[in-house]
Amino acid sequence: MSLLHTINKSPFERNSFDSCVAHAKKGSSILLIEDGVYAATQGTAAAKKLEGIMKDVKVYALQPDVNTRGLQSKMLDGVNLVDYGGFVDLVTQHNAVQAWL
Amino acid sequence: MSEEMQGGIIKKFLYVNRRAPYGTIYALESLEVVLISAAFEQDVSLAFIDDGVYEIVKGQDTKGSEMKNFSPTYRALEGYDIEKLYVEKESLAERGLTEADLLVPVKVLSRGEMADLMESNDVVLSF
Repeated sequence: MSLLHTINKSPFERNSFDSCVAHAKKGSSILLIEDGVYAATQGTAAAKKLEGIMKDVKVYALQPDVNTRGLQSKMLDGVNLVDYGGFVDLVTQHNAVQAWL
Repeated sequence: MSEEMQGGIIKKFLYVNRRAPYGTIYALESLEVVLISAAFEQDVSLAFIDDGVYEIVKGQDTKGSEMKNFSPTYRALEGYDIEKLYVEKESLAERGLTEADLLVPVKVLSRGEMADLMESNDVVLSF
């Protein structure tokens, strides 16, 4: 059973990101969407947390949401960028989706 | 029409922006109100703190998400005589950002200076 976690809130504004990271098990994946993509920007406390779990959890970010927010050049290394089609692929590759709202 | 409007009393307005753009409507709504306020010839300042600093990050490109990119509007504020834009240093640093990442000229203030700015206005509107 592997879960796809999605996070759509800024890590500075809500604790969705922190709670998700604390619950994500080895082998699961995290997809950052909407304001959730801020968590994967260099130089933030959230990015440090992501680096700490990357060996166990695959981290993805939705490219259109990254570009919308002007973060193209600021993404943390090791974060995989996907488009909307890639989002759908991730959903099909996991047993279920848990949305951290 | 009230006496204040006729008499041309000018008050100091501060718009406090604390939300990231796009995820919620706050940032866009703030900008709309600021532009409307420009018509009333008041003394307007904008503060960007917390996630509000993300509103004025350079390079926003909404082609992929098909959302409205309203970031160029911040550059147009100057044309409405809205030139006092303040950004909190600590908010930038927490987000891995510097003044060079911003799309408009701003004055960077420390948290303490921002607190003083908030106290020095007649009207504070929060978004």
